[in-house]
Amino acid sequence: MAAITADRPIRRRRRGIRRVLFDVRKEWSAYAMLAPSLILLGIFTLFAVAFSLYLSFHRWDILNPAKPYVGLDNYRELRHDAYFRQAVKNTAYFTLGTVPLSMAFGLAIALLLNQKIHGRAIFRTLFYLPVVTPLVVSGLIWKWVLDGDFGLLNYYIGKIGISPQLWLSNPSLAMPSVIAMSVWANVGFTMLVYLAGLQAIPQEYYEAASVDGAGKWRQFRHVTLPLLAPSSFFICVYLIISSFQVFDQIFVMTNGGPLRATTTVVYYIWQAGFQQFTMGYASAMAYGLFAIIFVFTIVQVVLYNRRTDA
Amino acid sequence: MSVAPMQAEQAARPAAKKRRRRRPDDLGLPTTVLTYSLLIVGSIIFMAPFAWMVVASFKHLDDIFSYPPTWIPHNPTLSNYRDFWDSQNVARWFFNSAFVTLTIVAAQTVLSAMAAYCFAKRTFPFRDGLFLIGLGTMAIPTAVLLVPQYLVLKHIPMFGGNDVLGNGGHGWLDSYWGLIVPNGFNMFSIFMMRQYMRSIPDELIDAAKVDGAGHFRIFAKVVVPLSKPVIAVTAIFAFNFYWNNFQTPLIIISSPDHYTVPLGLALFVASAAHRTSWDLVMAGSVLATLPVLIAFLVFQRYIVRGIALSGLK
Repeated sequence: MAAITADRPIRRRRRGIRRVLFDVRKEWSAYAMLAPSLILLGIFTLFAVAFSLYLSFHRWDILNPAKPYVGLDNYRELRHDAYFRQAVKNTAYFTLGTVPLSMAFGLAIALLLNQKIHGRAIFRTLFYLPVVTPLVVSGLIWKWVLDGDFGLLNYYIGKIGISPQLWLSNPSLAMPSVIAMSVWANVGFTMLVYLAGLQAIPQEYYEAASVDGAGKWRQFRHVTLPLLAPSSFFICVYLIISSFQVFDQIFVMTNGGPLRATTTVVYYIWQAGFQQFTMGYASAMAYGLFAIIFVFTIVQVVLYNRRTDA
Repeated sequence: MSVAPMQAEQAARPAAKKRRRRRPDDLGLPTTVLTYSLLIVGSIIFMAPFAWMVVASFKHLDDIFSYPPTWIPHNPTLSNYRDFWDSQNVARWFFNSAFVTLTIVAAQTVLSAMAAYCFAKRTFPFRDGLFLIGLGTMAIPTAVLLVPQYLVLKHIPMFGGNDVLGNGGHGWLDSYWGLIVPNGFNMFSIFMMRQYMRSIPDELIDAAKVDGAGHFRIFAKVVVPLSKPVIAVTAIFAFNFYWNNFQTPLIIISSPDHYTVPLGLALFVASAAHRTSWDLVMAGSVLATLPVLIAFLVFQRYIVRGIALSGLK
């Protein structure tokens, strides 16, 4: 049995296509088991992505039967669309606010929980609860907490002498408020990944560091942080991708307002595609977003690999 | 056969590790006090929005906007829940959400496990190429798929009044089909399961082959029982994700009869004429959260393990 498997690649090379066809027939049941997944993948992902590209080269208004080919017009329009530019800026703002804060708080909580304390499981559960809660629900609760007239937050900051704010209807406060809510919703996730990372660090490293006279801070700086790099990388990539696509909480809390201050790219794609029904233009925007996410992911992977190689 | 002792051993190992780790050097008193106070203050701030939701859902309307806010309702009431339940066809939303979510989880689990088995344990032409294509699709943002998936669903032939060429009707839009079918495939589940299944010893599979078992039999009788932990993890993540899913239903569902819970709740708030009736909305929020909350509390250890699995690879 093992011998046959071992020399199969060699024989395949020798006999070429006929050998492949033979293998395909012999292993037909593998294709049968894969078929449902492959069909769904083909239709709803591969075809959809290609179709989207096709759409982006057309003026595809769902209410208009004429759907002419317009070349790169949609992309050209993107470059001059002030709303799109603002949406990109807002998305970047949201991401730059949400990702570092989620990581910092998650790491802080994970460090606290990684000590010998009682009730660790309970704390872990409490901090993780927002992650499993539907974003629609979280968004609604926060919308009320942040309400200018009846909100909890204004009441409590009033107690310590800060004047009440219109958190969600002041254009310069709306995005920070949405970021705060999103950090709250993310922290449990980053905490759990960091906890797993921390528990994989051997205790001996800390003992060795302290023998060498490293204090708590230097242990953290030179043992914990470097060894958490894989966790940080995973969290960072995951959170950036999901932050670029933020939608639910925007829909529920601000509807993209006030004055488009919280209109992110995906929210704008939704508006263009499903409120104005200009699906060609929405597709062009989606491809713009795709390109941005792609570049970011590549840059991160390259930076990470260079750092770990060094 | 050897499955039970293996699981027992796995369960015993982390416990032993934990005991060892908890033993050494005690934290000093200041550190201990600081740690606990930070954790307690942090978790109170974290839980406050939740607590407020639960408290408000039991309050009468006049009590709900009382200033200063009260954390204990005067004569608590269940009427918010009743009123919310009667205000719309909420029972239907819950049926829709439960039906759609459970169907997706079941379909996705079965299809992903089969695909993962093929990718992990079988040798056949184009295996690695197909797997790479699948992995590549994980890089595609869901936002890119919103518009084309909508159009594909709209033009599914012979459904929803469509002709053979897929024109004339609404296809799978505004139907369970549209909510369920595209989600039968999930590369993340396949990938997680494949990584896990690769660790199943080939000898077990070969032994089954010698006994005359075909691949479907091996899959059902050997691979699936040994992969229960990872199957549980992916199923729970999927349940959580699809129960909470808002964007897809928002785009493809139009009739209230097909609303899912998050969609119904969000549109209930969005359609409020003057002021949001927070008493009803909070009752609805509690109800919408309960299923995922219960699932989380029951299967918590699987989630913790799943995060460790995916985070550390």
